[in-house]
Amino acid sequence: MFLAWSGQLCFLSTAGLPIMASLATESLNKLKHVMSILLALDASSSACSVALWLDGQVYSDHVIAPREHTRRLMPMVDALLAEAGITPAHLDALAYGRGPGSFTGIRIAAGTVQGLAFGLDRPVIPVSTLETLAAGAVRIHGATQVIPAFDARMNEIYVAAYRVKQTGLPGLESCAGEQVIAPELLEPVAGFSSGWFAAGSGWGLKERMPEGCLVGLEGMDTTMEPDARDMACLAADAFAAGNMMAPHEAVPVYLRDQVTSRRQ
Amino acid sequence: MRVLGIESSCDETGVALYDTESGLLADALFSQIDMHAAYGGVVPELASRDHVRRLLPLIQQVLDDAGMHRTDLDAIAYTAGPGLVGALMVGASTAHGMARALNIPVLGVHHMEGHLLAPMLEDNPPAFPFVALLVSGGHTQLVQVEGIGQYTLMGESVDDAAGEAFDKVAKMLDLPYPGGPSVSALAASGAPGRFRFPRPMTDRPGLDFSFSGLKTHTMTTLKALVRDNALDEQARADVARAFEEAVVDTLAIKCRRALKATGYRRLVVAGGVSANKRLRDSLGNALHALSAEVFYPHPRFCTDNGAMIALAGALRLSQGEHDTGTMHTTPRWPLDTLQAPRAHEDS
Repeated sequence: MFLAWSGQLCFLSTAGLPIMASLATESLNKLKHVMSILLALDASSSACSVALWLDGQVYSDHVIAPREHTRRLMPMVDALLAEAGITPAHLDALAYGRGPGSFTGIRIAAGTVQGLAFGLDRPVIPVSTLETLAAGAVRIHGATQVIPAFDARMNEIYVAAYRVKQTGLPGLESCAGEQVIAPELLEPVAGFSSGWFAAGSGWGLKERMPEGCLVGLEGMDTTMEPDARDMACLAADAFAAGNMMAPHEAVPVYLRDQVTSRRQ
Repeated sequence: MRVLGIESSCDETGVALYDTESGLLADALFSQIDMHAAYGGVVPELASRDHVRRLLPLIQQVLDDAGMHRTDLDAIAYTAGPGLVGALMVGASTAHGMARALNIPVLGVHHMEGHLLAPMLEDNPPAFPFVALLVSGGHTQLVQVEGIGQYTLMGESVDDAAGEAFDKVAKMLDLPYPGGPSVSALAASGAPGRFRFPRPMTDRPGLDFSFSGLKTHTMTTLKALVRDNALDEQARADVARAFEEAVVDTLAIKCRRALKATGYRRLVVAGGVSANKRLRDSLGNALHALSAEVFYPHPRFCTDNGAMIALAGALRLSQGEHDTGTMHTTPRWPLDTLQAPRAHEDS
């Protein structure tokens, strides 16, 4: 039953346009994606988004719903699975926006994915929300080098840097690790001397960043938020590469670990 | 019906498996007390971060202890409130994810309903109706219980909860968090009668409590001892004893009144403070005169735990009640707004 149904999927993917594979010069990677069905959830920002990777086809839903993630997430998952005509048992792995972002939001995504993955006995794929945002900038704005940044409150930003892989393979490579930092202390990214894109709410604090950090900035979108559809594509790469974890390892990555001061 | 219970409302991660036929099958608890002790109280963000690390390993442990597989579960119950919102969300999201994966019903349970039904986990469960004293770090309430979900609030603290007063007095005495056990331990070596503290709101009719003034009285007494250079170890123990006796007496007086007002013959005492030995002795004496019987949860189910959530959930889930589609967390949720179990139309 399941095998026959998977066969249908292969047909679908060759008929449709595989999103990540379109970036690939080599079909090997595309073949690795065959038969992978992944669900990705993100609740790390004011947006709540879900996406389903069906062997190269992506179904997704995205709403701006501040403080409503607990109410919106599961019904969005149900609707998406119904739209694609599958049940949770068909999923091969579960991806989630592991942070950085809203502490509560990334825990809702992690908790939901932990429960789903444990119940289904499937692996989990933690995906960086900053990398997800960078992938969104590649998709929406055609960027090739991206510095994604979120406003982390408390006068800090979460920031990293990525570029499209020089090999032409799908996915991004990291150019500067994730950090939480005051905008005044931001340093230029090595190799980003021109033509890079600034994505995310963190760039709303641009005026406070050293001028040297803005050299080569070519485009900016401060309204972007992570979208599970980009996360699903990154998760497909991780799945193909075997980068997965056990359900109980699906924990958030907060970056900010100083959340209280010790009693005097 | 085999129900997995998940508790994550505050600083304990609790998981248990309860069977409506054969009772409690397994339970496991991870207490964060040591982690929060360094801060003198619960730090909500740290509590939430710990729940998300502990929950699945505890669920696996409970299944292993019961010799069960996750597919043996018939339903899942989780604490939906009241409690710390971030902490509640961890249990709610995990429960809903797991229930969706296993295609079984899931229900958000009221934490205090869990506490007041916890004595039903014992071999000699109380029959309805009864009066319940819910007494913990967050609550001091007297509730008239006619059946599951049929609760009438008879009285509650107008300021600090009894357990909260213990915590604050522990701080005054430089005792470690949580304050209840440490104040009681010190009080054990205190001399009776050296200090007599007031029994707040017992000199007038009514079933409400107030512990804020008692806390102030304790502070004033300690300051006077410091001023007289008389705050030695014995004096500290004597103050702890006077404070504990005042709290316990006050609780016992109000319980007696509540039983008289309802005409009921059964009292259930639940919540963290119900583990207090002096309270148990005092209630035993007070109720003997009324020919009433008092029921306590097992000591390990007096504080927060997964077993009481599995039980309360099972009593409702087995009646066909369950969440529809979406998880819910209700940080503030009055107990007397609950209703008797209701089957959903689709079940």
